[in-house]
Amino acid sequence: MAQIVGAYFTSHVPAIGGAIHRGDEQTPYWKPFFDGFPPVQEWLGKVKPDVAVVFSNDHGLNFFLDSMPTFAVGAAPHYHNADEGWGLPLYPSFVGHPELSWHIIETLLEEEFDPVTCQQMLVDHAVSIPFALAYPKCEPWPLKLVPIGINTVQHPLPSAKRCLALGRAVHKALASWAGNERIVVVGTGGLSHQLDGERAGFMNPDYDRFVLDHLVNDPEAIIKDSIHEIVRLAGTQGVEVLNWIAARGALGPSANEIHRNYHVPISNTAAATVVYEPA
Amino acid sequence: MHNKVDPIPGTHIFDGAAARKGYALNAMCFSFNLPSNRQQFLEDESAYCARYGLTPEQRDAVARRDILGMIAAGGNIYYLAKLAGIFGLNVQDVGALQTGKTVAEFKQFLLDQAPQTQISEA
Repeated sequence: MAQIVGAYFTSHVPAIGGAIHRGDEQTPYWKPFFDGFPPVQEWLGKVKPDVAVVFSNDHGLNFFLDSMPTFAVGAAPHYHNADEGWGLPLYPSFVGHPELSWHIIETLLEEEFDPVTCQQMLVDHAVSIPFALAYPKCEPWPLKLVPIGINTVQHPLPSAKRCLALGRAVHKALASWAGNERIVVVGTGGLSHQLDGERAGFMNPDYDRFVLDHLVNDPEAIIKDSIHEIVRLAGTQGVEVLNWIAARGALGPSANEIHRNYHVPISNTAAATVVYEPA
Repeated sequence: MHNKVDPIPGTHIFDGAAARKGYALNAMCFSFNLPSNRQQFLEDESAYCARYGLTPEQRDAVARRDILGMIAAGGNIYYLAKLAGIFGLNVQDVGALQTGKTVAEFKQFLLDQAPQTQISEA
């Protein structure tokens, strides 16, 4: 039987990629953020996952407003990064795991979720940066990818409650997968930040601490808030916490926090890095 | 609006109404994923905007590099960030433009939000 080895969560700000590219990891600005990653790298070296199921949101690379899926499951043999408009260096491609993707899709439909299925899907910084942080200078990536996209761009967004339920349905799929893979669940984005409007630059360390304190074993406390309330508390892009909530659901019923790092600011964002193991 | 909710000061929810209103502007910004399109925009901005059928409000906001104007015209920040990149603006520059701060003031505003004790727990 497949084993879920744990869950890894991190912010995915594009500027992180720039810092890695320039070798700025140990500069005073970036060090407090990058210091959160040696424990992640050591943990991954110990648990050795060979598949990652990643919850993230597209930022206008793969999806446009012509067709905007609420939930999208990748079922491709390969996933490539591409120019997001800034001409930055590209991240390595991922090898997919279409058989596991389709098992997840079939389970989700049985559980009355109706995702879009993607046999072609570009992955942007939201998928790539967490791996650039977890496996520095590693090419090819040492594990396969199943990406699950959540719409955090165009409202109405799925509720936090729905995202937790989505994650729990994915957990059901992973727990029933007959393969012998070691699976890591990944949630990317957040935490509090707002890029747009007169409130641009807003962050909320109090709300972030609430999320970090409750996600591990009381996610119900987080999903009580409506999307509108989460925007109020976390900022317009802070709603990326939906990816974290879904990933927490996919990990399984109970968990232990084995690592946490939180730093304000990275670019315009309150950055967090967390590792959970199943309890 | 489908459901009335309390507005959040300084915050624009990108909902269906905004997505409809902003479609042409966001479509143009989405096209900037291709370097050749960024080059064509730089070579003839007016012609490029005309090709995407920007509304006069959108065209005006782009011409004035007015981020809040673009948002009022239905622009979504994830797509507008690609246009901002053509102008050489990063998210701190864009934040400063929207909040009436200098870039240095905006960066300080971000730094000042750090909690007194940053969390770092094993």
